[in-house]
Amino acid sequence: MREIRNMTLNFGPQHPAAHGVLRLILEMDGETIERADPHIGLLHRATEKLAETKPFNQSIGYMDRLDYVSMMCNEHAYVLAIEKLLGITPPIRAQYIRVMFDEITRILNHLLWLGSHGLDIGAMTIFLYCFREREDLMDCYEAVSGARMHATYYRPGGVHRDLPDEMPKYQPSKWKSEEEVARLNANRQGSLLDFIWDFTERFPGYVDEYETLLTDNRIWKQRTVGIGVVSPERALQLGFTGPMLRGSGIEWDLRKKQPYEVYDRLDFDIPVGTAGDCYSRYLVRIEEMRQSNRIIRQCVEWLRNNPGPVMLENHKVTPPSREEMKGSMEALIHHFKLFSEGYCVPEGEVYAAIEHPKGEFGIFLVSDGANKPYRVKIRAPGFAHLSAMDEMVRGHMLADVVAVIGTQDIVFGEIDR
Amino acid sequence: MNANHEKLMEALREALGEKVRELRPGPEMPVLVVESADLPEVALRLRDHPQLRFGQLTDLCGIDYATYGEADWETSEQATMAGFSRGVEPLSREAGTERRPQERFWVVYHLLSHEHNRRLRMKVPLTGEPPVVPSVVEVWNSANWYEREAFDLFGILFDGHPDLRRILTDYGFIGHPFRKDFPISGEVEVRYDPEKGRVVYQPVSIEPRILVPRVIRRDNPLVRDAEGETRDA
Repeated sequence: MREIRNMTLNFGPQHPAAHGVLRLILEMDGETIERADPHIGLLHRATEKLAETKPFNQSIGYMDRLDYVSMMCNEHAYVLAIEKLLGITPPIRAQYIRVMFDEITRILNHLLWLGSHGLDIGAMTIFLYCFREREDLMDCYEAVSGARMHATYYRPGGVHRDLPDEMPKYQPSKWKSEEEVARLNANRQGSLLDFIWDFTERFPGYVDEYETLLTDNRIWKQRTVGIGVVSPERALQLGFTGPMLRGSGIEWDLRKKQPYEVYDRLDFDIPVGTAGDCYSRYLVRIEEMRQSNRIIRQCVEWLRNNPGPVMLENHKVTPPSREEMKGSMEALIHHFKLFSEGYCVPEGEVYAAIEHPKGEFGIFLVSDGANKPYRVKIRAPGFAHLSAMDEMVRGHMLADVVAVIGTQDIVFGEIDR
Repeated sequence: MNANHEKLMEALREALGEKVRELRPGPEMPVLVVESADLPEVALRLRDHPQLRFGQLTDLCGIDYATYGEADWETSEQATMAGFSRGVEPLSREAGTERRPQERFWVVYHLLSHEHNRRLRMKVPLTGEPPVVPSVVEVWNSANWYEREAFDLFGILFDGHPDLRRILTDYGFIGHPFRKDFPISGEVEVRYDPEKGRVVYQPVSIEPRILVPRVIRRDNPLVRDAEGETRDA
């Protein structure tokens, strides 16, 4: 009889379903996984060390590039940590803007997750649907910050600028006729808030479309029900947060339990799963999108009725306006000092966490009183989730690895940092 | 400091007794300092004591305090006469030493209790080279990769860790890049050598330089306010 040996399979780092640069060493007994050993670090850029060599504000842009599908949420945690150390609170309007964009970001993230997760396990259409809606939300990012992805919009003391009164519009070109442009611009006639409002009117219908495609789909259920089951006790032990924890049936959301900004004034629910498998987590995330939509609508209504400053007037931390700078010597000096040297932050250490679309995203900041952080530690939710990969896939088939990678919502920018 | 923090600190003093080296309030959570020898027992009590129940280790990281409080450019309340230029060698001032902790390496644990909705920061000072600390993987399984990361980046050894390998750096990497004496540009660079027909490692050719000097100023009213506040608390 021939000797039967276990097979070691190298999965990635160029595999399209590995969501970036994941290299998995799989020890297999036939089609069954005996052990999975993820090798990470292929996208390690030492963001934390780079941040130590730069004034505080210059690292905000690096935060966007951590989890590059939920950019503004990363900025939020970093900015909150600095604000806590400085002991400042941004104006209330800025807090509403931040919450609104956090939720827009949550939808952006969940749409990408849904699209790519679907694509990984065999659903093609959903990917195209999701990217259709992402386009509108990217336009919101662009309207407010000038960049579609890496916004660098949040600043200690508020947000960079107020919401624009006008949406950018499509121009006729040799690829787009007058009629087509008129159709595309139909919901861009008003302000950014009108555009977002219009989106929130349409969005629940889109989510229904996704659910029509997937929720009762036989193939989808075969691929996700009972796959990657994590019990609530194990989920806590393994450091799970966010939808991964809620999918296992633990009701825990920092927006409710340890509210930051204005989440305590808003009305929304926290979906919780029951089974702890991929399907539960899918349902949780779908419902989170609907809840985010609700939060965005409340923010839009508030923002419409309450104009005000979006940045603190404390020019030791926030830059003066260009206009002021042209006439006032003091403003000019403040501007020069802020952009050349930055500001010094009181000595101390602080941990600021937010409910990121993927889980708890935290920044641990140590300052020795200088204009640069002494140590920044980024607590990325995906890092803890991926470390549980071995436990989640053990005993499953090879094809289920892809479903588990999908359900963990892996993005390498934040895991490798 | 709110009442919840106070309750937690009381519970900690009661549960840990003389194992507490230092316990102080922080802006967002209390800070507990324990000796590394006491860590395994303290960790178990933190997890299982009914008043504490820290069921989740959210984060674990190392800190290197080697250059804490050092600046490139001395400042004072008056205008300085000597400026900073890019050619200047960074100052290595002794001024930082008074505020710098005695131990160079520390491990910081961030704990979360879902039951009581509380957080706690636990800090453990380490001595010796290489610094060694007992592993807490058995207590909190999520520590596994975090400890590997701290080992990789700081060279901290975790005694009892089941699989202490490098995690973030390249295969065959030498050194611990997040230590303060490791240069930001690294020590080696790679290039393709057409003669050898393969990629080769060589010492870096980048000159280290400082774009923005590191300064410590205390004349900012915000800093004064914040530091005054902590002193009173």
